[in-house]
Amino acid sequence: MIAIIKYNAGNTKSVENAIRRIGFNSIVTDDISTIVAAKKVIFPGVGEASSAMSYLKKYQLDEVIRSLKQPVLGICLGQQLMCKHSEEGNTDCLGIFNTKVRLFPPKEIVPQMGWNNLQGMKGDLFKGICDEDNVYFVHSYYAELSEETSAACDYILPFSAAMQKNNFYATQFHPEKSASVGEKILKNFLEL
Amino acid sequence: MLKKRIIPCLDIKNGRTVKGVNFIDIRDAGDPIELAKKYMQEGADELVFLDITATIEKRKTLAELVEKIAKEINIPFTVGGGINSIEDVSLIIKAGADKVSINSSAVKRPELISEIASQFGSQCVVVAIDTKFENNDWFVYVNGGKVPTLLKTIDWAIKAETLGAGEILLTSMNNDGTKNGFALDITRKICQAVNIPVIASGGAGKKEHFKDVFTQTIASGALAASIFHFGEIPIPELKNYLKTQNIPVR
Repeated sequence: MIAIIKYNAGNTKSVENAIRRIGFNSIVTDDISTIVAAKKVIFPGVGEASSAMSYLKKYQLDEVIRSLKQPVLGICLGQQLMCKHSEEGNTDCLGIFNTKVRLFPPKEIVPQMGWNNLQGMKGDLFKGICDEDNVYFVHSYYAELSEETSAACDYILPFSAAMQKNNFYATQFHPEKSASVGEKILKNFLEL
Repeated sequence: MLKKRIIPCLDIKNGRTVKGVNFIDIRDAGDPIELAKKYMQEGADELVFLDITATIEKRKTLAELVEKIAKEINIPFTVGGGINSIEDVSLIIKAGADKVSINSSAVKRPELISEIASQFGSQCVVVAIDTKFENNDWFVYVNGGKVPTLLKTIDWAIKAETLGAGEILLTSMNNDGTKNGFALDITRKICQAVNIPVIASGGAGKKEHFKDVFTQTIASGALAASIFHFGEIPIPELKNYLKTQNIPVR
């Protein structure tokens, strides 16, 4: 069973729909025992970092997410919340990745909105994906490049388009909105 | 590199696409889902659904349609037309739309932009501006381009950004329907005035028009309706052409 974590940030529906399209079933839930028992966990998110973190803490979901042993996929704000700290609302995040999240420099078009290509992909998530493939981004904050970067992207500056550490995977882009390339990446995750 | 977006717009009335469509390879061109899927397969980067149904009782029908679209479409899509309140927005976003586009309602009550941005995030607020050049300046029109306002387009775009708009969809009424190309000067000015993405709309008739808007302005995307609906410019052909012109497209 695949659990999509329900909290105060985000449109879980797109993720649910995408998973159904590639032939899997999921459940949107904030029930801790269901999340812990799931085979795969997806941690999506569209929203603001500090209010999302306070919500996770209030319902002890922060501890739950950190302690998960099965493959976990953070998406967009999900990836940012898995980092150590975000400049958005000066927020201490989950600290799964030892990386900081920063605001794109001012005087440029922010958010980055649209399709951009991935570079230097590593790991099982990107099986069958090549450097020319584009995925869909919408974000004003980015995770810096680090040892945990599993794919980079360039917008104003190079940043972590995807990250991985042990069983924790994350993407800044939206695989659920990235046409067939995104579905392939989601499928790779679900088949881990 | 971030790619320039090509965005087909589908007009919806009572749950059906309007404007004549002559695709032979889809069963029902009046079915928004069939048409949307075709565009998606052809490589459209996003879709815009503009609901021109006037009545309130039809709103629920729209939400049901959005729900069906969201199940089938694996690229981002925007829904606009007659969105007046945060309740309307909530209904559409919860049904699965990625963004909503607001136009007259934002001019009448600009706080709506901030309300949507704070509840759902700036990324989902597209402020659509219908603009017309007259008396030596560009002014904002509302109610589907029927009613002029005293608002100058540049001032309104800047205000919309300040209030939390994530994107501007700029339609030049002087160009819309002419097939003579996008309004390059106002598109360029709006792009310079704001730091959020600007989508150019109105006037596309040839592939060269897309090249012009992407080389002569920094617009992030270009929207068109009839040239795609009537199959005059197939999306793959347009994208191949833009690639030969060194414009980054997906």
